[in-house]
Order: sequence, then C-alpha cells, then structure tokens
Amino acid sequence: MDSHDTGAAPAPPHSETTLRVNGEPRTLDLDHRRVLLDLLREDLGLTGAKKGCDHGQCGACTVLVDGRRVNSCLLLAVTLDGAEVTTVEGLAGHGGDPHPLQRAFLERDAFQCGYCTPGQICSAVGMLAEAAAGHPSHVTDPAAPSGEPVELVRAEIRERLSGNLCRCGAYPRIADAVEDVI
Amino acid sequence: MKPFAYVRAGSVEEATDAFAARPGARYLGGGTNLVDLMKLGVETPAALIDITRLPLDAVEPLPDGSLRVGALVRNSDLAAHPAVRDRYPALSQALLAGASGQLRNAATTGGNLLQRTRCPYFQDISKPCNKREPGTGCGALRGVHRDHAVLGHSPHCVATHPSDLAVALAALDARVELYGPEGGRSLSAADFHRLPGTRPEQDTEIRPGELITGVLLPAATAGLPSVYRKARDRASYAFALASVAAVLHCSDGVVDRVGLAFGALAHRPWRARRAEEALLGVAPTAAAFEHAVDLELAAAEPLGENAYKVPLARRLALDVLGRLAPVSPI
Ligand SMILES: Cc1cc2nc3c(=O)[nH]c(=O)nc-3n(C[C@H](O)[C@H](O)[C@H](O)COP(=O)(O)OP(=O)(O)OC[C@H]3O[C@@H](n4cnc5c(N)ncnc54)[C@H](O)[C@@H]3O)c2cc1C
Ligand code: SF4
Ligand code: FES
Ligand code: FES
Repeated sequence: MDSHDTGAAPAPPHSETTLRVNGEPRTLDLDHRRVLLDLLREDLGLTGAKKGCDHGQCGACTVLVDGRRVNSCLLLAVTLDGAEVTTVEGLAGHGGDPHPLQRAFLERDAFQCGYCTPGQICSAVGMLAEAAAGHPSHVTDPAAPSGEPVELVRAEIRERLSGNLCRCGAYPRIADAVEDVI
Repeated sequence: MKPFAYVRAGSVEEATDAFAARPGARYLGGGTNLVDLMKLGVETPAALIDITRLPLDAVEPLPDGSLRVGALVRNSDLAAHPAVRDRYPALSQALLAGASGQLRNAATTGGNLLQRTRCPYFQDISKPCNKREPGTGCGALRGVHRDHAVLGHSPHCVATHPSDLAVALAALDARVELYGPEGGRSLSAADFHRLPGTRPEQDTEIRPGELITGVLLPAATAGLPSVYRKARDRASYAFALASVAAVLHCSDGVVDRVGLAFGALAHRPWRARRAEEALLGVAPTAAAFEHAVDLELAAAEPLGENAYKVPLARRLALDVLGRLAPVSPI
C-alpha cells in the first residue's frame, strides 16, 4: 500500500555550534554534514575560499583554523565549536590594508584566473608561521637543528606550498611573491 | 551524505561507551580520510564519535628511554617534534613525505594508521570490490593495478596500504596501543596491519570499538641512524609507488641491529624479515645488502602493470642501506 508522507520531513541531525569567523562570533545550528567550506561560502557568504576538488586534493579551500592552515572541504563544521577561523577575507589589516602577501601577489601578478589564489595566500600565511616555529619539510636537511626557524629558500617554498595546485601554472610568480615577504 | 548523529567525547571511556551505544558508529580524528570517504558514499556511519578533544595529544618521553605519542598528535606536530627528529629521523621523514602541509595539520597519528586504501575501485561504489563489499569481487585484479601490491596479495584483494607513517613505525619496532570494551592492549606496529587473505575488509587487527590511544617508540631504536625514502609520480603531494624505511646499527664491523620495511608493496607495511636475518652479523657491504634485498624481493609476484615496483623497491632499499652503513659500502 502506498503511504503518503504529509508531515514535514524530520530535521536531519543538527547541533548548535559557536565559532569565530574573521574575528566575529557566530552561533549556528548546523546540519552535522556541513563542511566548513560550504558553511563559509553558502551560509556566511564568504566566497573567497574556493571549491576545487572537494576531496583534499587541490588546496583551493585552504583557510586558517586557530592559525593553522587546513583544507576546509574535509573539515566538518560541527567539530569546530570554539575555534577561530580566518579566511582570505579576514587577512586584511584594520582599515582594509591588504596583507603583505596579498600585496605581493598583486605586485608579482601571481595568478591567471585567480581561482587558486585565496587558497595559495592562506596556505602561504600558515606556511610562514610553520617555518618560523621550526617545522621542517620534506626538503629540509635532516641534520638541521630541530626547533629552530627554517630558512625559506626557493625549494622550501615550493615543497611547502605543494598542497596548493594551480591549473594555470602560475607557480613561478607565486614563489616570487612569497619570497618578497620573507 | 547520509545523516549521522554527532557525539563529542571528553574521555577515552566516554568515547568507547558512546561507540558501543551506537551501532554503525565511527571514531572521527582529523577526518581527512573518513569525511572524504563519506562524501564518496564508501563510508555511511550512523554516528560520528569526535575524539579530537581527548587528552591524547602529547609526545612524552618515558623514564625507560621510550617515547609515547598520543593518538591525536597531528602529523605535522609529530614530524616537527625535536625528540622525533633527533631520535627517530625516519619517522619524521616519512610523515613529511606524505600528503600536504594542510592535510598533515589535520591528520592524526591514529587516523593515519587506519586510513583506507587508495585503490580506485574501493573508492568508486559502482565498481566491484571485496574490501568495500565482501563477495563482489576484486575490480583491480584484472583491471588497472599499476599502484597495487606485489607482495602478500591474494586473489581476493591486491590493494596496498597507503600510509608512510606506518612503514617507519614498522621498521622502528614501534607498538600500537589500544583501548576497547575488553580493556587495553598493545600490538607491534609491524603486525598491526594484515595481509588480505580471504578477509580483505579487515585492514588491521583492531577489534570493533577499539580506540588507538597511542604509539610507543621503543628505547631500543632511539638515536639509531634511520632513513625513509619514497618514490612517487610527482615530487610532492602524492602517494608512494614504493618506499623504504630502514634503521641500521653496526659494531665491530658487522651489523648488530637492522629494521627494514617496504611501503606501497603490500596490504601492510612489509617488514623485510628475511633480508634482516641475512644482514645480522655480517659486514655492511654493498654485496651483503644486494644479497639480502634480493632474498626478500624474490617472494614478489607482480600483477603485470606493476612489475616496475620490484626493481624500484630494490634500488630504494640499496640506496637507504648504503646511506646508513657506517663506512661507504665496498
Ligand atoms: C590528497 C591526499 C593526499 C594524501 N597523501 C598521503 C601520503 O602521501 N601519505 C600518507 O601516508 N597519507 C596521505 N594521505 C592520507 C592522510 O595521511 C590520511 O587521510 C590521514 O592521516 C588520516 O588521519 P585522520 O586523523 O584525518 O583520520 P580520519 O579520517 O579521522 O580517520 C581515518 C579512520 O581511522 C579511524 N580512526 C581515527 N582515529 C582513530 C583512533 N584514534 N582510534 C580508532 N580509530 C580511529 C576513523 O574512524 C576512520 O575510519 C593523503 C590524503 C589526501 C586526502
Ligand atoms: S584491490 Fe582490494 S580494494 Fe581494490 S578492488 Fe580489489 S578488493 Fe577492492
Ligand atoms: S576543495 Fe578542498 S582541497 Fe580541493
Ligand atoms: S591562477 Fe588559475 S588556478 Fe591558479
């Protein structure tokens, strides 16, 4: 026998979550399936972070969570209660001055279509902090003293930004722009 | 994605209790593999138990000279930890050879060990795959299997385990610490992952509801020279085609301790026990290394497209052992 569901569909499991986005506190009732990238783009209108692959394979969705760069496409927003999220929209200083990396990208013309750019910039911001905190990379000499800041030679920049693909191949200028702010 | 309940666990017991109370639950670490597989419909958990707030995020030196790594330590933090870089260099190198800076910032120690295979048939729910859906057949066996196993595979599954970290842990004689409904236990990292046999759906020896609480790096391999080397299709941000982790120590001109493990050749990190046996007590010469590595790889059964892995793994192993030998091997 056919049964017709006349009532409203039951709400999918959801939870109230509070996080700060670019300094502003937000309390949201989140469907557990919401990933941070969709939350930013669709619920908050912050369309800087881009959806490239949606599977952690391109870096276009890179944002900073508690100062660390992550792929927002693989991060369930409900897990972020209490976290501080910074997107490319939040990098500018007070008064709207662009972040030094944003300025360097402009000056070096470090893009073609610009789709990967917000992810590249957020990734570079996170990467600079990692190197300053002494995080090694695949190309760091294993004999280098641990715990000390790593000098960002070209090979280090390229390796550390390998999680950000650029389909336009703007890599040389992206590396130039990062070198400008070191 | 199928809707799911969400529980944030505050303690290990809370996590294991929450898991037991919810059929179809999964633990959630960094989510970089689980959320990916949920988007693909490969994983359809009824509930996620978020374990990222458990107090298992420390790297602690123990009085006996070993090092305990909490299951929630992020891959980037583990790779950068001075005690790891200075005492277990192959472990730091293995982590840094994997994924990207963003992924390593999210990925956890426990989640890395339990990540699923990257076999494309496993990830595509329209294809046959005994690991994803037992009894449906193995798409890769007679399909595209360039990245698949050359050692220890079965007609039921020819997948490889993708973790770089697991390979270094196997070579370093680490142990995986577990806690579950039946209490705590630990397993050697080299035996934690399984060969596929007739049950490829079971990647590891973990029991339902068990939580990885940490990894123990033993005092015995602390401070010994060790190296990880990985070959991949591009210079960065790619899974291994073959990899090698090795730790080697010599005294009085002969090898007195050796751990050698291959990655991306089998359903688990492949601890090269035969090669190790052949090396113990002999002088670390190029000829001895070749003999030992050939002895190990004689067991290889390439599938066709992946025959290149055998000479590739051989050269990687010889390079790494040569670098670890106290004098340049003759
Ligand atoms: C594009 C891309 C490239 C990558 N390249 C590499 C690479 O080159 N080398 C490499 O090694 N890896 C690579 N990875 C994989 C990455 O390392 C793993 O996704 C990551 O380590 C998984 O850790 P997680 O904490 O995010 O796990 P999750 O996704 O949270 O969990 C994975 C599994 O483990 C279970 N789990 C998690 N923690 C525990 C625990 N403590 N106890 C019990 N169960 C637990 C979960 O239920 C789930 O089944 C890559 C991933 C991507 C997306
Ligand atoms: S190799 Fe294993 S994971 Fe891949 S299709 Fe065959 S059974 Fe599935
Ligand atoms: S959209 Fe997140 S990594 Fe590609
Ligand atoms: S500028 Fe077009 S993808 Fe990078």
